[in-house]
Amino acid sequence: MTTATTATASHEHDAHHGHPTGIMRWLKSTNHKDIGLMYMIFGTTMFFVGGLLILLVRAELFMPGLQLMNPSIYNQLVTLHGLIMVFAFIMPLTTGFNNYLIPMMIGASDMALPRLNNWGFWILPPAAILLLIPFFLQFFGIGDGAASNAWTMDNVALDLQSGIGMDFTILTVHLLGISSITGAINVIVTIFNMRAPGMTLWKMPLFCWAWLVTSFMLLAVIPVLGAVVTMLLTDRHFGTHFFIASGGGDPLLFQHLLWFFGHPEVYIVLLPAWGILPGILSTFARKPVYGYKAQVCSFWAIGILGSMVWAHHMLSSGIPLAGELYFMYATMAVSIPTAVMIFCWIATIWRGSMTFETPMLFGLGMIVMFGIAGLTGLVIPDIAAYAQYHNTMYVVGHFHYPFFGGAVLGFMGATYFYMPKMTGHMYDEKLGKLHFWLTIVFFNFTFIPMMMVGLAGVPRHLADYALKYSEYQMISSVSAILLGASQLIFLYNIIKTARGNGEKATAQVWEGAQGLEFTLPSPPPYHTFTTPPEVK
Amino acid sequence: MKGKNLLRIILMVLTVFNAATAQADWAFNFQTPVTPLAEDTLHVHNQFFAIIITLFFVTLGILIYSILNHRKDKGQQPATFTGPTNRWQWMLVIAPFVMLFLLDYVVMGIPAYHAAVSMEDTKTDADMVLKVTGSQWKWQYEYPAEGIKFVSALKTTQDQINGKAPKGENYLLEVDNPVVLPVNKKVRILLMSSDVMHSWGVPAFGVKRATVPGFLRETWVKIGKPGTYRGQCAQICGKNHAFMPIIVEAVSEEKYQEWVAQKKAESAAASASADKVWAKEDLMQHGHEIYEKICISCHQPEGKGLPGAFPALAGSKIVNGPFLDKDGRLIKDGHLDRVMNGKPGTAMQAFKNTFSDIDIAAIVTYERNSFGNSMGDMVQPSQVKALR
Repeated sequence: MTTATTATASHEHDAHHGHPTGIMRWLKSTNHKDIGLMYMIFGTTMFFVGGLLILLVRAELFMPGLQLMNPSIYNQLVTLHGLIMVFAFIMPLTTGFNNYLIPMMIGASDMALPRLNNWGFWILPPAAILLLIPFFLQFFGIGDGAASNAWTMDNVALDLQSGIGMDFTILTVHLLGISSITGAINVIVTIFNMRAPGMTLWKMPLFCWAWLVTSFMLLAVIPVLGAVVTMLLTDRHFGTHFFIASGGGDPLLFQHLLWFFGHPEVYIVLLPAWGILPGILSTFARKPVYGYKAQVCSFWAIGILGSMVWAHHMLSSGIPLAGELYFMYATMAVSIPTAVMIFCWIATIWRGSMTFETPMLFGLGMIVMFGIAGLTGLVIPDIAAYAQYHNTMYVVGHFHYPFFGGAVLGFMGATYFYMPKMTGHMYDEKLGKLHFWLTIVFFNFTFIPMMMVGLAGVPRHLADYALKYSEYQMISSVSAILLGASQLIFLYNIIKTARGNGEKATAQVWEGAQGLEFTLPSPPPYHTFTTPPEVK
Repeated sequence: MKGKNLLRIILMVLTVFNAATAQADWAFNFQTPVTPLAEDTLHVHNQFFAIIITLFFVTLGILIYSILNHRKDKGQQPATFTGPTNRWQWMLVIAPFVMLFLLDYVVMGIPAYHAAVSMEDTKTDADMVLKVTGSQWKWQYEYPAEGIKFVSALKTTQDQINGKAPKGENYLLEVDNPVVLPVNKKVRILLMSSDVMHSWGVPAFGVKRATVPGFLRETWVKIGKPGTYRGQCAQICGKNHAFMPIIVEAVSEEKYQEWVAQKKAESAAASASADKVWAKEDLMQHGHEIYEKICISCHQPEGKGLPGAFPALAGSKIVNGPFLDKDGRLIKDGHLDRVMNGKPGTAMQAFKNTFSDIDIAAIVTYERNSFGNSMGDMVQPSQVKALR
């Protein structure tokens, strides 16, 4: 799609500005690659933290009865898992990729607002610690533990009952929200102002487009999240009653505002993965991306439509008939741009010359898993049947397909795809493939049983369950633990590659790789494109 | 060679996956429907699943065809197209969207409209009303026309949950007082909450609706077949969310009338006995039963509480303090006041709304004389009745 006529990678330039080393390099860094790497490392760390929490939950669910924990701890673990995976793992991880890649993809020397960038990152680790503190405090007899009302906190009367965990969560959400907004502003400013000469908007890689749409969505919905948790805070401590019926408030208002953020959040998590996938497919099919403009339009269509369908999460809360009908029909409309993208992905590999390195396996796996996500999701807003799906394990199974099967698989693929570029060394292909197959098998064996018991009527968030479904819960628990264990292979592979094992990567890394980032040496020098490249 | 292996693995995974989804269709589907709503729901669901499974496998088939054929090790030269080039390709591009549009708005959209309208029509031809109030962590049921009101709580014992006793057949799906409804009557169900949101749902009825504090929600059922139907709270509502099942006994009209008469007699008897003077042993005995059923979920066995979350009763200042002033009025935040009126903003609810005078008198007496508390005094049901 784009070809660079001059790719100025200035090694000698580096020598003029020595950059700080040691811990100060990272603390004070304004370099987009350093900050990008920190985001990715932070995200990956939280992936293992969030994963460990849910494995404790799955261990409890291995058998009926309570063996390991009381239901209060169970609820806290489930809640922390959700909050961490969404806010502290996947969002920082995708932000890391945008930081690292967008300037290189559009031929910019750095992000437009480097200090803001640094600030945006360094808010995250304290926020994550704040979120986890109350969980540990309860073991010293302080407070009643972390938030325990599920990550969407949508039972507002329960939020009002909860202890200090809820206040810590509100503060954390504010901090993470500020971080997301700074990141979003940075992406928008960078993309609109820092493109290399000749790099028109319609020549940008899809990843940049996806992040542009994501950024606008973040700017639209994160302030609403900030507002709703602030209202919750004042209801809790300052005598307001936005959500308290006895004072004239409405608990459903909380759900509306929360889901006004919460549903777009799904696309905020997914869009970056949709943006990075076409590049991977096109590289290993050795064929240009199919339907580039159609995909860009789909991103915008999903961004806009996806922001207008929030109340399909609330069908069982009781909304008026007209509302039910509108939200059902509007939600179904999202399936059309989504199908455009799936069609374009398949057309991109169609009649290509494919090879199946690890990133390609993850890419193809993501298409299939995301297909399941879309199709199992298509039926949920249907009010003719919603009562049987809503708030059951079916929903839990379903939404892990877009989150894990879409976003996480996509970014695992992206990690393998860009790891040689970032580290300068090829990763271990055998381990990569092993990681893929174990992940995809255990992922399905974890979540398909959940969908089955959900269809049979088992509600979600249950610390203990009836005897009838114990075999399926057992399969799910064992698979989840194996799925978690398989990720250790991934971690090992990353560390091994980052330490410089594996053969040297070339600048282009992959035979079919296109784009400005593949004109730079691997690993790219500390400063890149200090003279903008010319793009034809 | 490598390609062959890859192919074999893909096929293997798909076979397993296929088997798993096929099983989902047969062994795991919605529970057998017994109301018109649930029948519609099951029908719609089966139709959708047939459609989405077909769509999935058609798309997967195309993908697999491409993976098998368009590969470098087969010497395939990559094509260069980036969009549809002729009329035939344009048709290929547009066809899926026309199909999807039809699926969304015609095949799924039209039945969904009718289902939604009938689901929301709770009033037309309704034969009776059932009021359901969700509260942490039990259900209260009221039959306004008959004047019947009772609490329905989990019957499974803590020992079963903690693995100290073998688990019964209906583990976690059994209650002390099931709701009884007549078959073939349209029952309008009004849903309320006394504390946080809960969700009342019975899969066999195809019904699930939240109980929202301060608001009224409604739904309806018309059960076609006598039987026992089990559901569970579907909205996370705090610690014991997993332990508030919903059991509905559907019976014939005659049996229903018998049950109504029996319930009325019971409540008359209870009301009469509230006026007599109770012996302490009887109150202690009754109080113990209620503690084991309701209070234990927060205050824990032996009244130990959960530090930080739920206060202990053993040695508690409130329990070991006075509860009536010298004029016989409730002491604010005294023991009896706390039980009757609750503590706003916490899971400690105003039990005077759910418990009878006898229950309240018994539980207070029991708590004051158990777990090492030895106040020695007691509360009479008649006192509670006067203080309401």
